[in-house]
Amino acid sequence: MLIGRDETRCTGCRTCQLACALCHFKENNPKKSAIGIMGEFPAPGKYHISLCTQCEKCIDVCPEGAISNVKGIIKIDPDKCTYCLACVDACPFGAIFTHRDFKIPFICDVCGECVNICPTKALYWKE
Amino acid sequence: MKPGYGGRILRIDLSEGKITKEPTPDALIKDYLGARGFIVRTLHDELSPGTDPLSPEALFITATGPLTGLFVPSSGKIQSGGKSPITGGYGEANSGGHFPAELKLAGYDMIVLTGARDKPCYIVVDDDDVRIEDAGELWGKGSITAEEMLKKNLGEDFQIATIGPAGENLVKIACITHDFGRQAGRTGLGAILGSKKVKAICVRGTRTIPVHDIDGLIEVGRRMYQQCFTNPAFELWQTYGTSAVVNWANRIGAFPTRNFQGGYFEQFTNISGPRMRKDIVLINKACFSCAMCCGKYSRTTTDDYDVHVEGPEYETTAMIGGDCALGSIKDIAYANYLCDEYGIDTISGGSIIAFAIECFEKGIIDEKDTGGIKLKFGDAKGVFEMVKKIALRQDIGDLLAEGATKASRTLGKGSERFAMQMKGLEQSGYESRRAPAMLLSYMTSDIGAHHRPSWAVTHDLATGRDSVEGKAEKVIELQHTRPLFDTLGVCRLPWIEMQVPVSDYAEAYRKATGIDYSEEELLGISEKIWNLTRMFWVREIPGFGRAYDFPPARIYEEKLKGGTTDGGILERDKVEALLDDYYKLRGWNQNGIPTPEKLKSLGLDWVIKDLK
Repeated sequence: MLIGRDETRCTGCRTCQLACALCHFKENNPKKSAIGIMGEFPAPGKYHISLCTQCEKCIDVCPEGAISNVKGIIKIDPDKCTYCLACVDACPFGAIFTHRDFKIPFICDVCGECVNICPTKALYWKE
Repeated sequence: MKPGYGGRILRIDLSEGKITKEPTPDALIKDYLGARGFIVRTLHDELSPGTDPLSPEALFITATGPLTGLFVPSSGKIQSGGKSPITGGYGEANSGGHFPAELKLAGYDMIVLTGARDKPCYIVVDDDDVRIEDAGELWGKGSITAEEMLKKNLGEDFQIATIGPAGENLVKIACITHDFGRQAGRTGLGAILGSKKVKAICVRGTRTIPVHDIDGLIEVGRRMYQQCFTNPAFELWQTYGTSAVVNWANRIGAFPTRNFQGGYFEQFTNISGPRMRKDIVLINKACFSCAMCCGKYSRTTTDDYDVHVEGPEYETTAMIGGDCALGSIKDIAYANYLCDEYGIDTISGGSIIAFAIECFEKGIIDEKDTGGIKLKFGDAKGVFEMVKKIALRQDIGDLLAEGATKASRTLGKGSERFAMQMKGLEQSGYESRRAPAMLLSYMTSDIGAHHRPSWAVTHDLATGRDSVEGKAEKVIELQHTRPLFDTLGVCRLPWIEMQVPVSDYAEAYRKATGIDYSEEELLGISEKIWNLTRMFWVREIPGFGRAYDFPPARIYEEKLKGGTTDGGILERDKVEALLDDYYKLRGWNQNGIPTPEKLKSLGLDWVIKDLK
């Protein structure tokens, strides 16, 4: 299962980011979310959602071999990661995130909290 | 660390360029909760009585509440305030978008600006790094244009509030715009920023907002979201937002039409929610953490214009549509865009233009005053031109920029009778001659004739549209409940439209802060704040009293024209009776001034000195 994105339904409310950070870090901080929401205003007037599609490009570029796909979840091994950010630069979807509080990047682990809370079904389960 | 709060107050003395950060005092948190409470207490403490609102000594304050930015539906709200340039009394405006949560994530509960720059500037708050930058070519630009330029310069992840040319020109109905279309619209606060030469405030925050009981907050937050998701009206609200109110307001005859000459606009189906959705809306656009997404982002296109605009919201459609008799949603949206870009409040702007049109039609002003424009109800081009003239203070626009009260006093010839304002603030979008509780809401609102503190039209429908008995009690209840949302830093709409109970907000407050206030105690603080805003008027306006709560004569002298409220009027003795009841229930004297006993009972002994 993967999480699908329908950008035409996204309202930019960022509730998904709140839920994501609460689930993974128990912190009320949308800046610690593995989902990116970016507006394009005043024109054309739409939102873009950045979310891992499991393309595995990050696995290919990681010089330390720290990233792997474990049963459908992209994981970064904190012992191997050197915070070189090659994965962040290489991600075609801008879906690998960092925060100054953490020493490794973070990626969606398909927990589905965002799908549960998204008020407009812009995020949904996809086979 | 103060759970539920950003924890710091940011003070910027613009004259000196001095920036200080101080911990948010525990006593302020305990006694005034946040946002609105912080603003009114700070104004009492730090603004010298009688200060000119546009002088360097004046204060501009913007403040979040304890629920702002938290996992609670629609927690993206902030209050901005100061001594109002248009009324001279308590000035406050509520706004949403993403700036409020961002400020809290940067670790601030409140920004207090004092002094003024010599040269135009903008303020950058980047977590702990706060700086004042030269505005350069931003000065003179429209609000939306300036926001776009700043985003390009600073980065997409900054949240930015700007003023337009109207704020720069000290137009007294100037607003503050953020997120390409959300406004702190009312009471002319954009002019205070303009007087301080502050073009914009730009914020980025990455800190975690501390929470007392995070699991408890998640639980109550989830319950509140579920209440929204499962409400039968949820989808309807998402589809139309506040524009859904247009049809209803016309059906019940409460839609301001032709400067409040009537409560029914015969072309309303052309400007209704469904028509707007079909003709101009591109996407739904929400404030932070909001499930309801009232915001409708639109593109309005004809041979004459092609612009993107957020809205129009109900209030804009009412005041520019009905009140100026514009029967095209595209034209209303374009006027909305002009107001946003030039930086004027669409409510006061629509109202003042409607007033000017009526003056023109009655021969009180003519083409010499308007710079050659023939004003006429229903003529969109005249409305477009007037928005610009007010913002740029050209021709009659210079006088109208002072507000309807000053304009009507200057023009005379009976125009005071139809300058639709109370306490100097133009009335917002509900005609209320046949809604006495709503009228009383406007009369006694603590910023002037605005619907935010109390909105009671449905109460009037349920309890009698001409009766005044029992109305004051309801208005007082609403004036404590609705502003509580503004104090907590959340939007009231999930409560009103999705029936999320107040008790859930009280629980969320306790989980967030660890402060054990009950719902009743929170409402008690709301009453204290209400009395304190009243005392600000008492302090600032010589001779303040009952006369300031009175509506314009049109309300009790002229019958409504058209629609289901045709012929409706509220006689003067009923207006007086509403105030008599209200003052008595409030514990104020019959001149509308809080008594020393009342103030003492609310723990406001320190303000008794201002009773003079």
